[in-house]
Amino acid sequence: MREMICLLLTAAVALAQTPAGGRNLSPAALATRAKAQNVPEIPFESVPNFLKLPANLYLGEGIGIASNSKGHIFVFTRSQRTRLFEFDQSGTFVREIGEGIYGFVFAHAVRVDPRDNIWAVDEGSNMVVKFNPQGRVVMTMGRRPEPADALAQAPPAPDPDNPGKYVFNRPTDVGWDADGNIFVTDGYGNSRIVKYDKQGRFLAQAGARGSDPGQLNLPHSLAMDAKGNAYVADRSNRRIEVFDNDLKFKTVYDNVGTPWELCISSGPHQYLYSSNTFPDNNDYTLATVSGEVYKMELDGTVLGKFGKAGKQLGEFSGLHEIDCRNPDVLYISEIQLWRAQKLILHPNRK
Amino acid sequence: MKGLKFFCAIVSLFSCGLLRAQVPEIPFDGDIDFLKLPANIYLGEVAGVATDSKRDIFVYTRTGEDGTMGGSRFFTHGGSRLFEFDPTGKFLREIGAGIYGFLFAQSVRIDAQDNIWAVDRGSNTVMKFDPAGRFLQVLSRKPESVNPTGAEGRGGGGRGRGGVPGQGVQGDSFSRPTDIAWDAQGNMFVSDAYTNARIVKLDKTGRFIKTWGAKGSEPGQFDMPNSVAVDAHGNVYAADLGNRRIQVFDNDGNFTSQIAGVGAPWAICISPGPHQYLYSSNSNPPDSMDGGEVYKMELDGKIVSKFGAAGKLAKEFGTANEIDCRDPNTLYVGELTNWRVQKITLRAN
Repeated sequence: MREMICLLLTAAVALAQTPAGGRNLSPAALATRAKAQNVPEIPFESVPNFLKLPANLYLGEGIGIASNSKGHIFVFTRSQRTRLFEFDQSGTFVREIGEGIYGFVFAHAVRVDPRDNIWAVDEGSNMVVKFNPQGRVVMTMGRRPEPADALAQAPPAPDPDNPGKYVFNRPTDVGWDADGNIFVTDGYGNSRIVKYDKQGRFLAQAGARGSDPGQLNLPHSLAMDAKGNAYVADRSNRRIEVFDNDLKFKTVYDNVGTPWELCISSGPHQYLYSSNTFPDNNDYTLATVSGEVYKMELDGTVLGKFGKAGKQLGEFSGLHEIDCRNPDVLYISEIQLWRAQKLILHPNRK
Repeated sequence: MKGLKFFCAIVSLFSCGLLRAQVPEIPFDGDIDFLKLPANIYLGEVAGVATDSKRDIFVYTRTGEDGTMGGSRFFTHGGSRLFEFDPTGKFLREIGAGIYGFLFAQSVRIDAQDNIWAVDRGSNTVMKFDPAGRFLQVLSRKPESVNPTGAEGRGGGGRGRGGVPGQGVQGDSFSRPTDIAWDAQGNMFVSDAYTNARIVKLDKTGRFIKTWGAKGSEPGQFDMPNSVAVDAHGNVYAADLGNRRIQVFDNDGNFTSQIAGVGAPWAICISPGPHQYLYSSNSNPPDSMDGGEVYKMELDGKIVSKFGAAGKLAKEFGTANEIDCRDPNTLYVGELTNWRVQKITLRAN
């Protein structure tokens, strides 16, 4: 009898630890699962066949997506070459921007600033390229490394303590404050956020590789609020770090899983979206504990979540960028599924 | 002792004042939007810019190479493009599209017969096109495949692999060539920079005559000769970037003098006409925004004036890599990190 109770207790404990179907979770999966539990689901739908591509154009990995003030949508994709496409608000293809350009090597993010300039962040060329709304280059930041066959000798190994004011090492994202100052998360190689004035002159930087408060381990995405605070997806530390406008560390939100992607909506009441992205790697048990996107207040209060890991419409796999200009109409791009989705959220529908 | 200090102070005050008096800022305008590019054509890093006698503008730009694995070797092609614009900035045409030697643009110059010369640091070649854009001649040879970094002489094939790094070598096997200039007889002078550290003299047919220089900081030695110019008397001016000086040689390569105090010369240019001027850019390295000013000098190194500074706006420069000064008051500056050509108009004081 005692043995029976013991067995039942063990089973109950195991079940409590594994909410998804009772399967055993790997240590990685347990660590990935968001601390925030019992979060209300936000009803939503995904618009089928939203982007209409010409017959000879294909999306590769859906790395970046952003909309401008007219509702046009920009998709930054890893194709045979990295390419940037523009679609109108109905999803009709408009044009390609920056075809064959020197800074397009391996896409990482695209964002549109308040003046509808288009900013492409490329982790292969180590560059941030600013296009005006007409699609012409008006500013470049960072520098593409010279090819090995044009160098006289191997470049010195990068110094993590002194990464250089005007060069990046696999940068990930860009954002702006109301004064037009430019913020760049940098990135896979460096572990910092850098602030420049609107003319591209270095002002400040914060972060070093580590897990202490204010340190970063893969700053993968950046979102700016209306007051000029910077929210950094500190991906490998599984937390969001918030810095003030002078890049002084403020606080941490560590309850929404592994933030790959952040977005802050516009308007008087801003929301913060954070994706606990399903990485779609060899550990498929992660599918049970990731894939959802959280909707939060700027102070970190979790309001709801939506979505789950998977390959169907309305499911997410390798979600890599969110556009949330309208907090209830989101555009998302996914790495593994070579696609973008338009999502309609119904936060007030139960 | 006190007297000595006082003397020093006086001397430094005097020299400071003198320097300032010697370097007036020249008023100028900078136009960064005058080139009209077709919708599907973009400039990358602008390594080279030059004008011909009709004032057409030639731009040699880095646009990104493609790589191919072939067997165990890695091949790269197609990393640069050469464009021609009319004097108003209207796009005329592309020259040398897909040609074998366009890999990592370094400079473009126009000779006295309006032939177009493209110097490519990736393929180690110098290519000559006639004014109609037809290919005429190539100097040196592109390595067959990519050399592992720091392992010159392996991976490639044939010439074009340079010599032992830092040693002057005979012949025209360039290793990271940077620039070309001509004397009145048509002899060519090529700065062969990053590993060979030398100047190569060839006759007008491309036949090797002589070479001088080696890696070092002594007179006649170089640390990255990034640009070369020749005056009307046939004297050769070499921008010795790493040693922060311009070295002057006679037509046979004998060292005659050096010009210092103008920063690190990335790009130099000597204007034509009866009164020649020497321009030199103290360009900001790509990872900094310091310096960036351009000096206008007499050929003896006396500074006439300077203009500009590093930055991303008009009238600022992002690592200027070549200057065209066919008209001494209308300059074209090719900028690496700003991906653009800037038209500079110098105004009288």
